[in-house]
Amino acid sequence: MTTATTLRSRHLLGIRDLEAGEIDLILETALAMKEVGARPIKKVPTLRGRTVVNLFFEPSTRTRMSFELAEKRLSADTLGMTTTGSSVVKGETLSDTARTIEAMAPDMIVMRHASSGAPHQLARVCRASIINAGDGTHEHPTQALLDAFTIRERKGRLAGLRVAIIGDLIHSRVLRSNVWLLTKMGAQVVACAPATLMPAGLRELGVEVTHEIDTAVEGADVIMMLRVQHERMHGLYLPSAREYFTYFGLTPARMRLAAPEAIVMHPGPMNRGVEIDSDVADGPWSVILDQVANGVAVRMAVLYLLAGGEGGEG
Amino acid sequence: MSGMLLKSVHVVDPAAGRNGRFDVLIVEGKVSAIGRDLPANGAKVVELPPSFVVTPGLIDIHVHLREPGQEHKETIATGTASAVAGGFTAVACMPNTDPINDNASVTQFIVKRAAETALARVYPIGAVSIGQRGEQLTEIGDLHAAGCVAITDDGRPIATALLMRRALEYASMFKMPVIDHCEDPSIKGDGVAHEGAVAAMLGLKGMPGAAESVMVERDISMAELTGGHVHIAHMSARQSLRAVRAGKERGIRVTAEVTPHHFVLTDDALARHGGYDTNTKMNPPLREEADRAAMIEGLRDGSIDVIATDHAPHHADEKALEFDRAPFGIVGLETAVSLCFDRLVHAGVIGLPRFVELLSTNPARVLGLPGGTIAEGAPADLSILAPDATVTVHASALRSKSKNTPFDGWTLTGAVAATIVGGRVVYRNPELLTSDF
Repeated sequence: MTTATTLRSRHLLGIRDLEAGEIDLILETALAMKEVGARPIKKVPTLRGRTVVNLFFEPSTRTRMSFELAEKRLSADTLGMTTTGSSVVKGETLSDTARTIEAMAPDMIVMRHASSGAPHQLARVCRASIINAGDGTHEHPTQALLDAFTIRERKGRLAGLRVAIIGDLIHSRVLRSNVWLLTKMGAQVVACAPATLMPAGLRELGVEVTHEIDTAVEGADVIMMLRVQHERMHGLYLPSAREYFTYFGLTPARMRLAAPEAIVMHPGPMNRGVEIDSDVADGPWSVILDQVANGVAVRMAVLYLLAGGEGGEG
Repeated sequence: MSGMLLKSVHVVDPAAGRNGRFDVLIVEGKVSAIGRDLPANGAKVVELPPSFVVTPGLIDIHVHLREPGQEHKETIATGTASAVAGGFTAVACMPNTDPINDNASVTQFIVKRAAETALARVYPIGAVSIGQRGEQLTEIGDLHAAGCVAITDDGRPIATALLMRRALEYASMFKMPVIDHCEDPSIKGDGVAHEGAVAAMLGLKGMPGAAESVMVERDISMAELTGGHVHIAHMSARQSLRAVRAGKERGIRVTAEVTPHHFVLTDDALARHGGYDTNTKMNPPLREEADRAAMIEGLRDGSIDVIATDHAPHHADEKALEFDRAPFGIVGLETAVSLCFDRLVHAGVIGLPRFVELLSTNPARVLGLPGGTIAEGAPADLSILAPDATVTVHASALRSKSKNTPFDGWTLTGAVAATIVGGRVVYRNPELLTSDF
């Protein structure tokens, strides 16, 4: 794999569209951006005069804060819009909203939407760069990038690692982005979920599929736990939270099956006692807070590269 | 003009056993004679390029004309203009209008508007249940008397096995089939695409083929129980085809239609061109290759009776929504003939007689409509087709009021040259026929 020198697209819609060299470029750039965050004055003039709109059609705290911090550290002018304050609730079409925002001539739009593909539809009509901050159950590319950054930080590489992804996979955009990223970068991915929460098509992408958490954890270098929403617990997906934890919860006992020095990740928010035992979440394996810190650096890298990579890295 | 003599034209009419050169004499809107070396008797003599074929008027038995109530999507006038441009001389229109065609007064309105504005013949299909709510039978006798040719709750499945049973029993008194949009609502859930690898990786909620076939099997059981005729609308899943085949083998009165998009496209189309084009969203959804291949096989071996378009116009603003919020459906009247020629006839799947069976003979037979053959004394409803002409689909040029097609920009071999309804040329393709036709 050769590290790319630029990104081919002016949008970041999904990891599926990226080549391995482009992923590498983002991760390498993020390394420099992380250094900015370690300075007493955590700000560089890279995106001065650029406007970034944070367009959140779905509530988000951590992703939105992470993007805002990344934008501010790059000196971009930012403004935000959420569904509650917008015309979306009044029944405006997606393209009308897009045209309205376009009229304000932003350089980039960071977009979160409950519908899969909404950023792709917007990208077809917008001049601005679109960064997908999570679309429905489709992709969450910056999450997968920050996960990869965190793994590389701890393990020095991605290729050849065994990565177990465990949880409500069918409803997870984090799963899909991570599957694309990890398989492109040569990691071995094992997906583990109850049969009711396992999406189709993973085997075709070279992913090992299991319903046994012990099989997934055994020999894993990285264990990525995904959230199981409470509403899945009382319908036809799962009988109860209690039974879910029995069969799919990550406990210290199960961690003994993992590879030595294994790390545990979670994109948050966690359901302690449902998918993950607190002793694991707060234990020596956990890199969960590193993920949060690295999110800012990775998002700075994405913003910088999509802006054309001009202005140096400060 | 005292008539038209189509001179030594290639007539394909399997119901009459014709596939060769004949003269067709049209006088006063009717087929006055069909044979060889007919005298013109003052009629205008028309010769056609030798590659053209003349068929009994094509009939699309699954069309949403949207009038009354959704005239921003389509009207009887624009929908039938689209039909004749697509080579269809007759359409059967679905009852999910606003108000729903669940009583004779709505049927009468459609019949009246068709008489005033339609270029093609319009055969209304009535609702099975009042408000299509799945609870109480409509006045099926009244609907029939007002002009309905079948009943269906299309857009929705017939809610229960009991309603299906009663509908089949009752409709059989009027010799009408019951058409079902087969889909188990509990399995379909809020699915928007075929359940499989493509939808999974696009993060779209899936509905499996089994959501359709479970109800096809129910309906065939009810047809067996009652002796009634069930017609499966827009069949898309290979499991459904297996059930239909098995039902036919047991002598049960089950017929089935398939749409061009289900035998041409697969769910791969949802990921193309950046993905999430809402013109690839329809119900039933574009399925996987094994299903598409099964539909082709069913068309070839005769287990599928009819090709129908499920012409479902939607306004561009409605289709401009997020994929999971946009309405299901695409327009189909003006692309069907070209797709059938290109993907079935030229691909060697079927010959011209079978093409005519699927688009004219069988549609007439399934709904008990006049036509489906060129008969002396019958109204002159004819389609003149140019199997070798190349056409490029331009969504913006469609006669339909709506432009929601996934085939925009496609170049296909096979075109409509002209459409004749009751002896009148209601459509002429200016690229293929001069104005003196």
